[in-house]
Amino acid sequence: MANNDLNDDFKGPRTYVELLKEILSPEFETHTTREQSKVEKNVLELCKVKKPLLSRNRHISYLKKSITNLSKNYEALDCSRPWICYWTLHSLELLGERLDDDLCSNVVQFLNKCQSPTGGFGGGPGQDAHLASTYAAVNALCVIGSREAYNIIDRQKTYEFLKSLRTDEGSFHMHVNGEMDIRGVYCALAVAKLLNIYTPELFKNTEKWVAKCQTWEGGFAGCPGMEAHGGYSFCGLASLVMLNKSNVFNLSAFIRWIVNKQMRLEGGFQGRTNKLVDGCYSFWQGGAFPLINSILAAESKTKNLEAYWMFDQKALQEYLLICCQDPFGGMLDKPGKNSDIYHTCYCLSGLSVAQNSPEKVVIEPSEVNAVDVTHPVYNIVFETAMKAIKYFSSLPLPEK
Amino acid sequence: MSSDNDEVEVSPKRERKYSSSSTDSEYVDLEADSFDNLDEDVHYHSKLHKRMSEQTFIPISEREAWKDVVPIEQDDGPNPIVAIAYSAKFKETHDYFRAIVKAKEKSERALNLTAECIWLNAANYTVWQYRRDILRELGIDLKDELKFIEMMIRCNFKNYQVWHHRRVIIEWMNDPSQELAFTAAILEKDDKNYHAWQHRQWAISFFNLFDNELEYAEQLIEKDIRNNSAWNQRYYVISNTTKFESDVLDREVDYALDKILEAPSNESSWNYLRGIMMHDKDGGMGYNRSILKKCEELYNNNCRSPHLLSCIIDISQERISCNDPKDSLFHTDKALELCTDLEEKYDKIRKKYWKYISQKISEKVKSTA
Ligand SMILES: [Zn+2]
Repeated sequence: MANNDLNDDFKGPRTYVELLKEILSPEFETHTTREQSKVEKNVLELCKVKKPLLSRNRHISYLKKSITNLSKNYEALDCSRPWICYWTLHSLELLGERLDDDLCSNVVQFLNKCQSPTGGFGGGPGQDAHLASTYAAVNALCVIGSREAYNIIDRQKTYEFLKSLRTDEGSFHMHVNGEMDIRGVYCALAVAKLLNIYTPELFKNTEKWVAKCQTWEGGFAGCPGMEAHGGYSFCGLASLVMLNKSNVFNLSAFIRWIVNKQMRLEGGFQGRTNKLVDGCYSFWQGGAFPLINSILAAESKTKNLEAYWMFDQKALQEYLLICCQDPFGGMLDKPGKNSDIYHTCYCLSGLSVAQNSPEKVVIEPSEVNAVDVTHPVYNIVFETAMKAIKYFSSLPLPEK
Repeated sequence: MSSDNDEVEVSPKRERKYSSSSTDSEYVDLEADSFDNLDEDVHYHSKLHKRMSEQTFIPISEREAWKDVVPIEQDDGPNPIVAIAYSAKFKETHDYFRAIVKAKEKSERALNLTAECIWLNAANYTVWQYRRDILRELGIDLKDELKFIEMMIRCNFKNYQVWHHRRVIIEWMNDPSQELAFTAAILEKDDKNYHAWQHRQWAISFFNLFDNELEYAEQLIEKDIRNNSAWNQRYYVISNTTKFESDVLDREVDYALDKILEAPSNESSWNYLRGIMMHDKDGGMGYNRSILKKCEELYNNNCRSPHLLSCIIDISQERISCNDPKDSLFHTDKALELCTDLEEKYDKIRKKYWKYISQKISEKVKSTA
């Protein structure tokens, strides 16, 4: 696509009348269509009255409150505390805000309490190491980016922890004797790449296992046989990019599947075919597009990156800014749901992807709405990821 | 990527509708999307919860059987971060759990304590793992464990740990006799539940239970033609029980085309058609008479479902070397025209995709010319 083909991308947001044309008119009703119609009705109502403006300060104060104290309602996330650190710190950084140094240091010390004597991080102090917590903790420490943060990570033991989770096929368990799915591969690779503890033996045949997770629809599933799903698709694609093995899967089927996950009326993404829009898929699905562009550029003779991503970047921003902001701070799944830190993180990350194509596309007023650039593989701010990679690449590889 | 912690709330300003043990906290929240049936779940959970909380609760510190144990507090360090305001009960139960783990105690009372922890937070994988260690060491009757895990899944059916635990127990028992009925009961309440489908597929593959599965998937498609998980299950059965022989392909193509005619706007049936035809050895969709005929019929009857147009475009690319007449629906000129229609009218949200496809077709035409 030549850039000038896409000039019309810079027209204002879609009009209400245009949106009305996109209402679902099913041949007959089922549970799926009834649920879909309810969502469309809610979205249309909001589009009539709300303007797409980012409530930056409200989100910042919401996030800052949560980094220190959480209500009893968070007991259910008692095994995901490194996640809460990562979601909060990354969201703040996207919004251009940083915690003060003392507080950052407290986060580092807390995460160190979650680090397991056998390597990796658990969901809280004293808990068994878990691959997802390890990914979250490493990302959080990279966002903090101080020497103290980098140096608390025991890289040798982290490597041994990853090794202990590897299966013969090249997939990874989430924890020792725990479940095994494609999240494991993504988390292990992201950690290994950031920390410079990647070795070819650790990921031998991993691309073959990941390729088996691509489904008849084109997206990736959590494990072979299951249904294509936005979160798992991101894990699959990002893993193949990290492995530099993007030739082992069917790219055009993947593209066809994922472009069809953007909802024609809502503008946001659904996670699976015929499911409902959800703000968090703005990143899980949206984040795949920069990766698709880089694979296409590598395949083309010109090696030129397209100026834009292959989805409607303005429509996604409209969905996020009109439908996913809690007026009291925090972001959410869809109108009618409550905000939470997880959705705040992935809605903002999706907003970042939607804005930061090589040619930026920020819906006006851009000084209000623009957020920082996220790295589409790791989902931490791009510069932050590069700084961490540079630091750890100066350290020696682990002993095998 | 996680699950259902969709419903977890941050701010104290609103009260959660249901209690913590019924939530869906997951680590990488992959499953955050499947919350459609929330209201019913809440109802169900609250009933169960009520029953549990009506039982008299005695703090562990006041129980005779626990007199010898000194609880161990969580060590958050001097400056705690993301500190959760635990209820007294949550804190005490976990303090005792830390004590038994430290003492490596594997006993009946330790087993019961893990159940209390799980009841407060079913996502605690460390507790589940310790529970399995105890079960093995004490040689507990796994039939009771199956009852326990059934109740926990019914309360937390969007949580990774509960399903993993069930899988391990079923493997130990080597008895899959309840798995199909059990997952069917969960899917009855939430017919797209990813964990339930995954567990069902595991049981079917591990114990070879394919016999009636095609009928089961079909039933669910009958109930909701847009249930993509049910379509996925159909594909799973076909791909595991056949080699996509030509009679199988014919049957599946007929099935998909029937469903397409019922609801041409349904993406699932179109995707299924394409997915099945990936295995065709006679050239694919572009050389299948029934598909070509149905596409023409639909188009001539003014159907403009983007999925139909998309299928016609794919077919034109497969038939690029067939020298179809210029006015054929499957000529690449028509495909380019359809791409423009999609961009401008029928599928505006995917404008950039259709420009990309249109460009790819033009390149192909040039290179075959
Ligand atoms: Zn979500």
